[in-house]
Amino acid sequence: MKKQKGRGLFVFLCAAPAVLLFLVFMVYPTVSVFRLSLYKWSGLNPNKEFVGLNNFKILFADMNFVRSFQNTILLIVVVTIVTLGLALVFAAILTREKIRGQNFFRVVFYIPNILSIVIVAAIFSAIYDPKNGMLNSLLNRPAGEEILWLGDQKIVIWSIVIALIWQAIGYYMVMYMASMASIPLSLYECADLEGASHVRQFFSITIPLIWSNIRTTLTFFIISTINLSFLLVNAMTGGGPDGATEVFLSYMYKQAYTNSSFGYGMAIGVVVFTFSFALSAVVNAITRRETVEL
Amino acid sequence: MKQTKKGSGVLFKVVVYLALILLTVSIIVPVGWVFMASVKQNAEFYGNPWALPAGLHWQNFVDAWVNARMGDYFLTSVLVTALSLAILLVVALPAAYVLSRFKFPGRKVLNTAFMAGLFVNVNYIVVPIFLLFIDWDRGLRSLVGTTFFLNNPAVLALVYAATALPFSIYLLSSYFITIPKDYEEAAYVDGAGYLRTMVKVIFPMARPSIITIILFNFLSFWNEYIISMTLMTDPGGARTLTVGLMNLMKAQNAAAQYGQMYAGLVLVMLPTLILYICVQKKLTQGMTLGGLKG
Repeated sequence: MKKQKGRGLFVFLCAAPAVLLFLVFMVYPTVSVFRLSLYKWSGLNPNKEFVGLNNFKILFADMNFVRSFQNTILLIVVVTIVTLGLALVFAAILTREKIRGQNFFRVVFYIPNILSIVIVAAIFSAIYDPKNGMLNSLLNRPAGEEILWLGDQKIVIWSIVIALIWQAIGYYMVMYMASMASIPLSLYECADLEGASHVRQFFSITIPLIWSNIRTTLTFFIISTINLSFLLVNAMTGGGPDGATEVFLSYMYKQAYTNSSFGYGMAIGVVVFTFSFALSAVVNAITRRETVEL
Repeated sequence: MKQTKKGSGVLFKVVVYLALILLTVSIIVPVGWVFMASVKQNAEFYGNPWALPAGLHWQNFVDAWVNARMGDYFLTSVLVTALSLAILLVVALPAAYVLSRFKFPGRKVLNTAFMAGLFVNVNYIVVPIFLLFIDWDRGLRSLVGTTFFLNNPAVLALVYAATALPFSIYLLSSYFITIPKDYEEAAYVDGAGYLRTMVKVIFPMARPSIITIILFNFLSFWNEYIISMTLMTDPGGARTLTVGLMNLMKAQNAAAQYGQMYAGLVLVMLPTLILYICVQKKLTQGMTLGGLKG
């Protein structure tokens, strides 16, 4: 390409604003997370005390953190398995079966994904409300025997699970539909001639052929469950009752922002960040299969 | 033999439709219920939640708009969303263009850095950003006596735009890379400079990607609440709609202003629903193109 005058200046002016914003609002804060995790810093006074890895030591003995760890693992496992299963089945139905109003179903199933998490929290608060909620009034519980969907420590985490699944199905379904649409029809025609049922075709053709797509979404599941569970819990239960729905990032936010233990909060952030990467890598490694080539 | 197969086929269809309808109902009913609840009188919330509203109590919307300051919050949200979209496009388009089509020293590093930025979630860095602004505001106050960064919708918009940069640059670059070099060569031969070529020749070709970016980021900026909640701390000051709604939800528990709260919910939900219904095809197509979520 013939070089014109001012090429360097042009490149600089185009790239500089993006690089500047990126450095100030993404790179610097990310570095701060790691740096501050080594300090004890309470409150807004400028005195920071370097404590090395002490925050991490406290962290693994902190029962509240252990509880948030357990809750997060439970959410990741259950939400991933159920959502993955349902999304795959509905995607297969909408791409493979002759369904009336196919487009209508696709449009409706995606709706929860475009709603703010605040809305999802409000909708599920209305569903779970013990006295005037939609769910208890459907179940017709007499007064005094209402199920406390958000108030009972044993139940509440499952109430969160359901809200997260409700929110996620449509997103993953659309994702799987796109990759299912690229499977050649001739494979299904052959299977039909051989007399394989649609259920069999689903397991023997559809799943193996979109396996790499499923693997990618497993990483999404891990990352987005960690993030969305925080946003939902923070808006709906605030981690309560008594820590029963505390998750990784809600505990981090509480320590760092509400409790002003910035160093300790950032140490939680570092652990969660590392954990999500490690878990993604492990899942990625154990789901590796020979790719089916056509 | 043939008959049993036909029989099981019918059963299969019934199960399939049942599943589809069940999921549809579980989405449409709660969302529809919120719309219904938004025109109920306060007293109606103590009865059966499934009862239809006695009349159209539009006063809820007036109360929400005026008394609960949802009107102010709505304008703030519109302003913040529009401004951050504008900043994002002005910054991301030229950067993506030079990063994908110009060879210059440091280009590889920048591309890798922005790719890595895809993995940094705002939930982790929101507290460090808050601390950064506190620091800057403290410095400003001692210099000129006023604060600027916290509680400023324009700064919030800047943060939104910055956090959306990695994904937008990634999406735009992957499109820019596919354009043949001939377009630029021809423009240079005709005597157009770098800037003119970029704005008049290349950007118009990227329209589909630009629209995808606008759609996705409109939804994420409009629905966002955690950054906004953290950076807009003044209770009497500007707030975005989602944060205003969350406060209303919390206040609602004490003061029982149900009607107002559901009217507020409708105000947050309606713009996204209308947009979605208009562009649902584009949105779900674009999603499979980018395929990433918070």
